[in-house]
Amino acid sequence: MAFNHKHLIDITEYSADDIMLILETATKFKEVNERKIKKLPTLKGFTVVNMFNEPSTRTRSSFEIAEKRLSCDSLNFGGSSTSSVKGESLDDTVETLSSYKIDMVIVRDKRAGVPYKITQKTNAHVIDAGDGKHQHPTQALLDLYSIWQHKGDIDKLHVGVVGDIGHSRVCGSLIPALKIMGAEVTVIAPPTLMPARPDILGADHVCHNIDECLGDLDVVYMLRIQRERLEGAPYPSLREYNRLFGLTQERERLMKPDAIVCHPGPINRGVELDDYMADHAERSVILDQVYAGILTRMAALYLLLGGSEDGSVA
Amino acid sequence: MALLLKNARVVDPQVGLDEVADIIVRDGKIAEVGAGLSIEKGVERDLTGKIVVPGLVDMHVHLREPGQEQKEDIASGTRAAAKGGFTAVCCMPNTTPVIDNALGVEYVQARATAVGKCRVHVSGACSQGLKGETLSEMGDMVAHGAVAFTDDGRGIQDAGMMRRVMDYASMFDKAVMVHCQDDALVGEGQVNEGVVSTRLGMLGWPAEGEEVEIARDIMLCRLTGCPLHIQHITTKRGLDLVRAAKAEGLPVTCEVTPHHLFLTEDDIDSTYNTSLKVNPPLRTADDAAALIEGVKDGSIDCVVTDHAPHTAYEKAREFELAPFGMVGLETSLGLMVTNLVKTGAITWSQLVELMAVNPRRVLRVEEVSIAPGSTADLTVIDPDVEWTVDPAEFASKAKNSGFAGAQLVGRATDVYVGGYATLEDGSIVE
Repeated sequence: MAFNHKHLIDITEYSADDIMLILETATKFKEVNERKIKKLPTLKGFTVVNMFNEPSTRTRSSFEIAEKRLSCDSLNFGGSSTSSVKGESLDDTVETLSSYKIDMVIVRDKRAGVPYKITQKTNAHVIDAGDGKHQHPTQALLDLYSIWQHKGDIDKLHVGVVGDIGHSRVCGSLIPALKIMGAEVTVIAPPTLMPARPDILGADHVCHNIDECLGDLDVVYMLRIQRERLEGAPYPSLREYNRLFGLTQERERLMKPDAIVCHPGPINRGVELDDYMADHAERSVILDQVYAGILTRMAALYLLLGGSEDGSVA
Repeated sequence: MALLLKNARVVDPQVGLDEVADIIVRDGKIAEVGAGLSIEKGVERDLTGKIVVPGLVDMHVHLREPGQEQKEDIASGTRAAAKGGFTAVCCMPNTTPVIDNALGVEYVQARATAVGKCRVHVSGACSQGLKGETLSEMGDMVAHGAVAFTDDGRGIQDAGMMRRVMDYASMFDKAVMVHCQDDALVGEGQVNEGVVSTRLGMLGWPAEGEEVEIARDIMLCRLTGCPLHIQHITTKRGLDLVRAAKAEGLPVTCEVTPHHLFLTEDDIDSTYNTSLKVNPPLRTADDAAALIEGVKDGSIDCVVTDHAPHTAYEKAREFELAPFGMVGLETSLGLMVTNLVKTGAITWSQLVELMAVNPRRVLRVEEVSIAPGSTADLTVIDPDVEWTVDPAEFASKAKNSGFAGAQLVGRATDVYVGGYATLEDGSIVE
């Protein structure tokens, strides 16, 4: 199967076949990650810039590990070291980096559309590691991988996404990706945390009462309440949010016996999840998602930087 | 010296004119209009195939001088106006410093006289520093030539302050021109709230954030009797509010921009083109269609550009960081002719009302008609010339047009201000 993408920015530009190829490639890297020596020489000589213009620990670490295990040369660029604090424009920064003859930019930025903007100033590949409230496609891929591994064919599943849909770049990629893969999607949140048009993201159903829809769901995807990203206060208190929308031990009885729980992390314990659900041995796949982040990011790096077309990895 | 304009189609609904005629101009005034005219000496221009109309007025432009000359200045902005076919503009007071006193009004008028290529009417701020808190010296500004008042760029948030502005302004018989934007609803909104804000992951600027202030200001118009002009209206429901106010007999007028008529939120795609970032934002296709109906049925009084020049480096920033606004002076006429006149949606006479007659009435400046005795502010239009919008050719310093590459029909070829040519055969007369 041909993989014809230069960038990973907008998940809606990927077909179901493209996404399956990434997930299948990720399973091959899983084997590598079970070895004592977890490193492949595959991308030796490629230079990847991790351009993180807003704070990120988890996504950045995950990318860094993926790069190291494929033997990329990585440059971390961002935070307080970025030139933007000196007044340099994004375009100038990218052209400067591009002059280093880099092969890929992995970018996290608080502004929507920055990854596309970067493609206009460099020939390097670009991966969106989260742009504003827009998209976060590798998060969607690792979520799909985890769901696929635990539940099988995604097109037979009903996924509920609960929480701050309206301010979430995770949803900006996850919901369209679930639709591309054929899943049924319900979004569950108070109206104050909904986007203007959930249908535009692809949501099939909009629900304001988690108790009414929990019983239909094969996957319950709990979003983090992003306190730092909320203008005004869209709920009266964390306590009330937890009472109305939190996934708690009391609510487990409403769930399908085999339904799983996902969360992009980091968790606000006691808000969207209680300890019981966050640590639930059968249902919670949250740490599997973290591991899937390494595998799917290795797959994305490999496929974008020109791995073999049949998906063989070593 | 005399000027004879021969064989053009002369369109002026004010005097019921739409026929081929000759026009003689003497001493800055129209001396005679009729068939087969001649002059003993002077300049003769054969305008066969062209259309002559009363000089076009763009009553909503940002000339950026004083203080923001990196974006535009009075020399470049008025040249852009002349190229676009305008004999006059009304400039907005959100300069640096704000034009909120007689000094600012005098400065702009003096610069326009010295370096301008069209008449420049000056609007003064309603509130000092555009802060929406304290009345500006409107009386002094009127005494020095200000034609209207506006805090354009922002809405006056406090209803009590807005009432005070309109109460006070009503004694000068000047329009208060309002940019309707409720900050509590709009916040940091970047694009229309709905499809595009969801798809592109940016904060939405809801239609209601505009409509709620239109409704409020119409009520305050009823309370105060002050003439109210709604700037750059963008929504169907906002227009319905204006229609209802007019039906009631309130002194309410409104304007629309070509970009809100001919572009929609759907034009903003994953390339995040900052030239399409305007305030108020591009709305839905339904809204644009309703605005076009408003232009056709006369509910909308004026077409303006909200010409908002910015530097390339400002517009090259991230979408959410780039400033709002697009330039419009050099594309407005062509867009109107191409999209509305050529399609039969409006007549040439309606175009003249929208772009020449009504703006002067709202601004309460001298009316211009194609009749003996009138000031000879005239625009000559080639109705059939086909051209492509190329911002590199703009006389404006700024290139931030949302219409780059558009194929248009119709363009101004000659412009006369007080009988003097400012544009001749498409070139600025220096």
